[in-house]
Amino acid sequence: MSIMEYNGGSVVAMVGKGCVAIASDLRLGNQALGISSNFQKIFPITDHIYLGLPGLATDVTTLKEQFRYRVNMYTIKEEREIEPEAFAHLVSSTLYERRFGPFFIEPVMAGLTKKPSGEYKPFIAASDLIGCLNFAKDFVVAGTASSKLFGVAEGLWEPGLEPEDLFETISQTLLNAVDRDAYSGWGAVVHVM
Amino acid sequence: MNSLVQRFDTNNALSEIKRTSAIIEEDGDNVSDLMWGSYGGFGNLATGIPKFNIPAVPDPSAFLRLHTDDHTDPSCRIKIQHGTTTLAFRFKGGVIVAVDSRATAGSYIASGTVKKVIEINPYLLGTMAGGAADCQYWETYLGIQCRLHELRNKERISVAAASKYLSNLVYSYKGMGLSMGTMICGWDKTGPQVYYVDSDGTRLKGDLFSVGSGSTFAYGVLDQGHHWDLSDEDAQELGRRSIYAAGHRDAFSGNTINLYHVKEDGWKFIGNYDVSKMHYEGPGDIPGAPGHGYGYSIRTAGKSSADPPTS
Repeated sequence: MSIMEYNGGSVVAMVGKGCVAIASDLRLGNQALGISSNFQKIFPITDHIYLGLPGLATDVTTLKEQFRYRVNMYTIKEEREIEPEAFAHLVSSTLYERRFGPFFIEPVMAGLTKKPSGEYKPFIAASDLIGCLNFAKDFVVAGTASSKLFGVAEGLWEPGLEPEDLFETISQTLLNAVDRDAYSGWGAVVHVM
Repeated sequence: MNSLVQRFDTNNALSEIKRTSAIIEEDGDNVSDLMWGSYGGFGNLATGIPKFNIPAVPDPSAFLRLHTDDHTDPSCRIKIQHGTTTLAFRFKGGVIVAVDSRATAGSYIASGTVKKVIEINPYLLGTMAGGAADCQYWETYLGIQCRLHELRNKERISVAAASKYLSNLVYSYKGMGLSMGTMICGWDKTGPQVYYVDSDGTRLKGDLFSVGSGSTFAYGVLDQGHHWDLSDEDAQELGRRSIYAAGHRDAFSGNTINLYHVKEDGWKFIGNYDVSKMHYEGPGDIPGAPGHGYGYSIRTAGKSSADPPTS
């Protein structure tokens, strides 16, 4: 019995042209038994950052609150919103703090960074359960359907997708991957920024 | 001279042996009558079964157990399909057989279009749970033996005899890693019959069985809706609804439902139903169907002010 597969669930994030998308399933299970079809795994962090937390459900709830606390403290001290890059490092160090007794979560982040010119640059990142960051230029995946998500995303994603096409690409990627995973599914949610 | 006498003498020991071996040969395909469970109920399975190569190790069954997935060892070599929901029940109108169609290897859904009902002959159905290959091979083999029985005895085999043949057969391989949990269903002289047979050697006669990882979910629906006087349509709906329940809740069951009805004149395939479609729309406008989706949120939408209609 793997703790990472105890509750099930998957998240994927993708980069588009001046936009990003993040999507997840909605299943909460107890191993093979499906419990809820409305378990949110993606949370808004700022107006420009979404965080996906696939993994052990109890840690999803704990980490969601912990990140809310830490981002609020950051905002008060710095008197500004946290940038996606900084938030990714905050996630990483929060997880590494528990290096020898980790949270069973593999976070996925998607956000937009404001450039000095005023335009927005897409940003995605993923981390393993002890905080090793992966800054990808195309897409990131995590959760029980991650191997299937890799396969479908590798086939469907292309550079320079407009928001409407990115929505279609990430939706089809998630749906088709999740249909091949016993522990994911039971509804889905997609966010495009 | 002596040998010539011996050759045509019908009373000495040597000719006795010759005659016996000729009879055994004659009995066709090396199938001995002893297969039918005589000899104190144990049968004699030394002859009459296809021969398989057995691992050349001192203890073959221990070796096979080591390499076969029997719930405890996920890293074993011979993978068995665990996730399944199958059911069969008896009622006045015959036997309903319903199964899901998902095949999983670990968490990977290897197929969503598996045929888990094996059509042994026009009057006999077998269901598939456990090892797909084991069920498929031995139930097809059972079909051959049932046909031979028919030719030898000028009479169709009873469900009891067919299921006993299978259970004696798998029992002879006990401990060698065969994995099957099957229901042998049919209609014979005595009416509709359902037998549960598994690779441990268990053989049970009954009215209602469900087998597989989703069986608990199916039993929940089946038990509360089952009674002897069910109409054909209501019985088919009960089978469909029970497999839906399992396909919905159990991660290792699902995709589609296959429904069969066995009557006096043999089995009939009723249909293939998508579990997701059953959830949202139901089986459509057919007798016995509720006229809406099976899903809880679909069934209860608009029933209270706290739960307004979704559409």
